[in-house]
Amino acid sequence: MNIVVPVKMVPDLVEELEVDASGCALDRSFLKLRINEFDEHALEEALLLKAKHGGTVTVLALDTGEVDETLFTCLAKGADRAIKITGAFQEGVSSHAAAAVLARVLGSIPHDLVLTGVQAADDRDGQVGILLATALDLPHVSVVSGVDPAPGGKAVTVRQEYSGGIMAELEVDLPAVLGIQAAREAPRYAPVSRVRQVMKTQKLEEIPAPALEAGAGSTVSRLAKPETGGRAEILEGSPEDIADRLLTILSERGFAKH
Amino acid sequence: MATDIAVVIEHLEGKVSDISFEMLGKGRELAKASGGRVLALLLGRGVKGLVSELGAADAVILTEHETLAHYTPEAHKQVLAAILKARAPRVTLVANTAMGMDLAAGLSGSLGWPLCAYCRDARLADSRLTAVSQIYGGKLLADADVEGPSAILSILAGSFPAEAGKAAGSPRVEEVPPPPLDKPRIRFKRLIRPEAGDVDITRQAVLVSVGRGIQSKDNIPLVEELAQALGGALSASRPIVDQGWLPKTRQVGKSGMTVKPKLYVAVGISGAPEHIEGMRGAERIVAINTDPNAPIFNVAHYGVVSDLFDVLPLLTEKLKSSN
Repeated sequence: MNIVVPVKMVPDLVEELEVDASGCALDRSFLKLRINEFDEHALEEALLLKAKHGGTVTVLALDTGEVDETLFTCLAKGADRAIKITGAFQEGVSSHAAAAVLARVLGSIPHDLVLTGVQAADDRDGQVGILLATALDLPHVSVVSGVDPAPGGKAVTVRQEYSGGIMAELEVDLPAVLGIQAAREAPRYAPVSRVRQVMKTQKLEEIPAPALEAGAGSTVSRLAKPETGGRAEILEGSPEDIADRLLTILSERGFAKH
Repeated sequence: MATDIAVVIEHLEGKVSDISFEMLGKGRELAKASGGRVLALLLGRGVKGLVSELGAADAVILTEHETLAHYTPEAHKQVLAAILKARAPRVTLVANTAMGMDLAAGLSGSLGWPLCAYCRDARLADSRLTAVSQIYGGKLLADADVEGPSAILSILAGSFPAEAGKAAGSPRVEEVPPPPLDKPRIRFKRLIRPEAGDVDITRQAVLVSVGRGIQSKDNIPLVEELAQALGGALSASRPIVDQGWLPKTRQVGKSGMTVKPKLYVAVGISGAPEHIEGMRGAERIVAINTDPNAPIFNVAHYGVVSDLFDVLPLLTEKLKSSN
């Protein structure tokens, strides 16, 4: 089975996010990017499928900046090919545009299964995987955990997670696009030494992005932190003070004796 | 000029989901601004009985077919695309849920209409549509001007009061046959229910929930001891379950459980929208997180901006000695 995993760089949400002077976009000057965490699950599921059933894993990324190390890390984890799609993506790219580019690029890459992360922190105009599937006229299922080849090899059985812990089991004909919520195992870790070694011994392939006119169909007019009326009362002081204060609050509400 | 507001009704096992009522209520508000009607789009098999719950709509467009007996993204999208293409509503509201996600983006791709995802709000004024999306893990809100005569918005659960969309009445029903359906490439096999046997976190009065801030599986006992000292149970956010550190039965949030305990202590949980959806109904919420901008502090009553490893053991110790 040929599995393709498009991965995407997103702002690291652990860091402070600043809005630029326009008030409509992120200030990218000090922005730290990292691989979308759901994409790590998509890659892990792909690698597990390959280990169990054979095949190849190809990782794709639009060059939105800082992708090289991410792609080498994917190779270090066990991907067979890593392709950087070059183009003017450094200021960010809408999901609709990314999907249109990926759809065109996939025309020359064999794919039985495309695994994407279920969503990304910045996909304001929708999830890339679904838009990609629609562009390629392939079936798509999102919020998937667990992918297994169905008997006969022409389909996969997947579990789609609803709320309340209920899941639907669906059989999906190949080729298909799946939005992975969680791999069946925690994403593997590639030691830095291994990544360095791969950087020396393997090369990233590069494909220039085709020129396409596709946009989000909407324009951000304001980007801001949410204004909240009911913000928490923040308890201050030393850890000792805070623990005492919490104990008092919990006691007053009957959750602890004091 | 399109004026109608379409609402895709989500239902599972004969029950209309709360998010559908939230969207109907919001749909009423948007229809007032657009001067159009609220159309509820109801797909399934043997679901006509649900119409009586959809009194907030002006009309229900009902499509019943064997292929729609169980939800599959493909068949539902195909039917909805045909209905929406014919009606061209001004705005189509779809739930940003496991079911709605495939539909919203799929319809945007199929119909070529703009999509704004993760919407917390939407406004129509002088036929201009503004959508407010909650992105970057709930840290920022993006207001966007939406182009075109028709657009799709996917709505985060918990954005609007469900009560506003719960109205008695018997809206007009238009039964629409499905378009010729392709041979399904996605086939429903079965529903899988959560395994019983573990603690039922939906029935606990006190939950202490652990998130990514705990850093390592070895630190989970720290949180478990606090749960015990409070006479409650241990629950978790999604990353902890994905790591395999706690079973799925302990997961709070969109793809886990919705909980409403008397006390919810969030330890090292930043509060992504998917998590908050599952716990915002708790009576008292205490959050401990190192990031002062973590969205969890927007729903918590009491917040501690501190290293959990400093505060947690002290609190547990004090609780134990006071008991």
